[in-house]
Amino acid sequence: MEFERDLHLDATELRLGLPGTATKQSSEKQKPNSNLAKSNKRSLPDMNEESEGSSRENSRTVSSNDKKSHDQETAPPIKAQVVGWPPIRSYRKNCLQAKKLEAEAAGLYVKVSMDGAPYLRKIDLKVYKGYPELLKALEEMFKFKAGKYSEREGYNGSEHVPTYEDKDGDWMLVGDVPWDMFISSCKRLRIMKESEARGLGCAV
Amino acid sequence: MITNKKPRSSDTDSIFMKDDRTEMSEDDDRSPSPNSITHDSSPTRTYTTGSGPGTGPGSSSVPEYLAPCPDQVLENVLENVLLFLTSRKDRNAASLVCRSWYRVEALTRSDLFIGNCYAVSPKRATSRFTRIRSVTLKGRPRFADFNLMPPNWGAHLAPWVSAMALTYPWLEKVHLKRMSVTDDDLALLAESFSGFKELVLVCCDGFGTSGLAIVASRCRQLKVLDLIESEVSDDDVDWISYFPDTGTCLESLIFDCVECPIDFDALERLVANSPSLKKLRLNRHVSMGQLHRLMAQAPRLTHLGTGSFSPSEDVAQGEQGPDYVSAFAACKSIVCLSGFREIIPDYLPAINPVCANLTSLNFSYANVSAEHLKPIISNCHKLQIFWVLDSICDEGLQAVAATCKELRELRVFPFEAREDIEGPVSEVGLQAVSEGCRKLQSILYFCQRMTNAAVVAMSKNCPDLVVFRLCIMGRHRPDHVTGEPMDEGFGAIVMNCKKLTRLAVSGLLTDRAFAYIGKYGKIVRTLSVAFAGDSDMGLKYVLEGCPRLQKLEIRDSPFGDAALLSGLHHYYNMRFLWMSACNLSNQGCQQIAQALPRLVVEVIKHEDNLDMDENVDTLYMYRSLEGPRDDVPRFVSIL
Repeated sequence: MEFERDLHLDATELRLGLPGTATKQSSEKQKPNSNLAKSNKRSLPDMNEESEGSSRENSRTVSSNDKKSHDQETAPPIKAQVVGWPPIRSYRKNCLQAKKLEAEAAGLYVKVSMDGAPYLRKIDLKVYKGYPELLKALEEMFKFKAGKYSEREGYNGSEHVPTYEDKDGDWMLVGDVPWDMFISSCKRLRIMKESEARGLGCAV
Repeated sequence: MITNKKPRSSDTDSIFMKDDRTEMSEDDDRSPSPNSITHDSSPTRTYTTGSGPGTGPGSSSVPEYLAPCPDQVLENVLENVLLFLTSRKDRNAASLVCRSWYRVEALTRSDLFIGNCYAVSPKRATSRFTRIRSVTLKGRPRFADFNLMPPNWGAHLAPWVSAMALTYPWLEKVHLKRMSVTDDDLALLAESFSGFKELVLVCCDGFGTSGLAIVASRCRQLKVLDLIESEVSDDDVDWISYFPDTGTCLESLIFDCVECPIDFDALERLVANSPSLKKLRLNRHVSMGQLHRLMAQAPRLTHLGTGSFSPSEDVAQGEQGPDYVSAFAACKSIVCLSGFREIIPDYLPAINPVCANLTSLNFSYANVSAEHLKPIISNCHKLQIFWVLDSICDEGLQAVAATCKELRELRVFPFEAREDIEGPVSEVGLQAVSEGCRKLQSILYFCQRMTNAAVVAMSKNCPDLVVFRLCIMGRHRPDHVTGEPMDEGFGAIVMNCKKLTRLAVSGLLTDRAFAYIGKYGKIVRTLSVAFAGDSDMGLKYVLEGCPRLQKLEIRDSPFGDAALLSGLHHYYNMRFLWMSACNLSNQGCQQIAQALPRLVVEVIKHEDNLDMDENVDTLYMYRSLEGPRDDVPRFVSIL
């Protein structure tokens, strides 16, 4: 709800907890009645099983405001989750959770070379959430500036251009495709000199 | 000896009515022996000589003998007619006509369905129905699947299998849902029923591979062994190898939920030895290479669960693998595909040869994107059932809508079941599906955001909807475009979808939504409510307005004792009511228990909160002929 954001209802809301502590979704109730029904089933650490006192009126009145304000802010690291919600059977949750954990643990290491540098580096692409972070990390690692990226002109105003080799063996400009597609198709990175990179930018 | 089965009410009707019918009905193949005059002290056991050799039931053309009396003929006829009645609704109705019909119906019923294993005792059921070939039992309530109930609540198969072992020697099929089954139960089952053919376990637990091994080795007539979303413990027993080497009659073997690795060689031998096998669903421990070999052994499969759908680790990267496309092309009968547990999307195009014939496709464990999906789904013109993860995004759903004009059932599961993320599917996908798949009958849709407009659109575009389950994962989320509650959307669903019998609601909902449900949801049988409503009125609307309501499950909603009491007139017509984390008190629940003696009112406490305080954590109540059950765990109190 747009207008509620502007009213800063969260700032004026009465809540327990020290001033300045991040609001948790429905953590006001400290009652032990917290649906901590531990199932004797799977032993995988499942973040969805964590719960705080979640039920009754509190969750209704608190969470609707909290939810909206949280949606707009950067998501806090771990949100209090309610037992049994969303209603997915443990079996399914565990299967997919396992896959996610596996994928996260695996990492995606690719070699990075820079023209003129004596040796190569390796980075884990999984660590980065998007292009800005990746570029920043590369810039720091190799001490260069990539310049501003635009779809039409590539990287403007810099001596170096980040490129990558994709699954088909072609050299592409970093930033053209959506991040997820980039992650799954990038085999190695190369920071080219701008003079060499001319051909890769959009033909103007 | 033939035992006389008395119906519940004592019968002082004509003795002739009972005798021949009893004699003829007891044994299918045995024709009544002539001259069987047996007297004993009980007046109800006199047999006439009315039936001679070769006279089947219903025959009255034996002029030399004493003609059977008309009532008896009627019963014989009735028996033959009732044999054709298969629907249990019809049978239940027939059994209420009169005592005679009640008896005959009980003798001719072969499929026993028990929707709540505690509603009736094994003894009572097996006494009334003596010729059962197939039993379906349901145990725990559905919300137990989501950890809302402590383990070991009940629903034990043991008393049932013990009773049936004594009374149903010819039992062929057992279908269980949400029951606790032990290895001993499986052993007793395997030993007691020599003609046992079909075992289907859905969402069950308590047993392991050793139990499966016993079934595999003892049940020589086994045609169906289906384990669906059940929890099977790994007892380190290679159960697949316990099937007889000489060959099996297996038609269906579903074990995709079994998490233990299996011996592939044993499985390959089994498939080779099972010429009737039509349905095979492998678990994730079967790699693509192994799948390929199995498909070569069973080209006539109709239902295939593909296991992991990725190569095993020891296959080198660039190596030329087996020709999967040909393998699928050779299996011309496949209409149902599932599995893809650890899919490497590059291999997905292998299934292309079968897409045109597919009626059912389950991608709900496959993390595929819209890119991967589109080329596949564009060939699936006949698809009727599609289960998928939201990783395909709205774009993927649009592709489905564009091609799958025959779609009847769609389920979209979340890859990440959390509340605080953006979410890849939304009202856009729902709208697209409603426009493209006009024949839709059943939908389950998990999303992070939704609009009333899209839900209203679906209510108008898909008039055949029978099941509408929308789960907006963020609790109390309103329409994200208008900011309004989701009342109007769900209201439109109950208003426009005249065939709707099952509804699950979510998002921000006021009492108004429930008013709509009560007003228009006249044939709704199952309703699931979570984090919804403002006051007691919400629940009242539903209890007063929905005469067909059978199963009502509610969690975390502000309904209290007054609302609960407003349903007194209806609870005997329901299978169960579940209310957890609502505003109920012990007092209110006591009132219900006192007013309705045939209702079992269970108050379930969560294990870390065992003191008796006024608030009721979870109420689970159900009608029952038996009163409080005798296997109550300590965290349950029956009022």
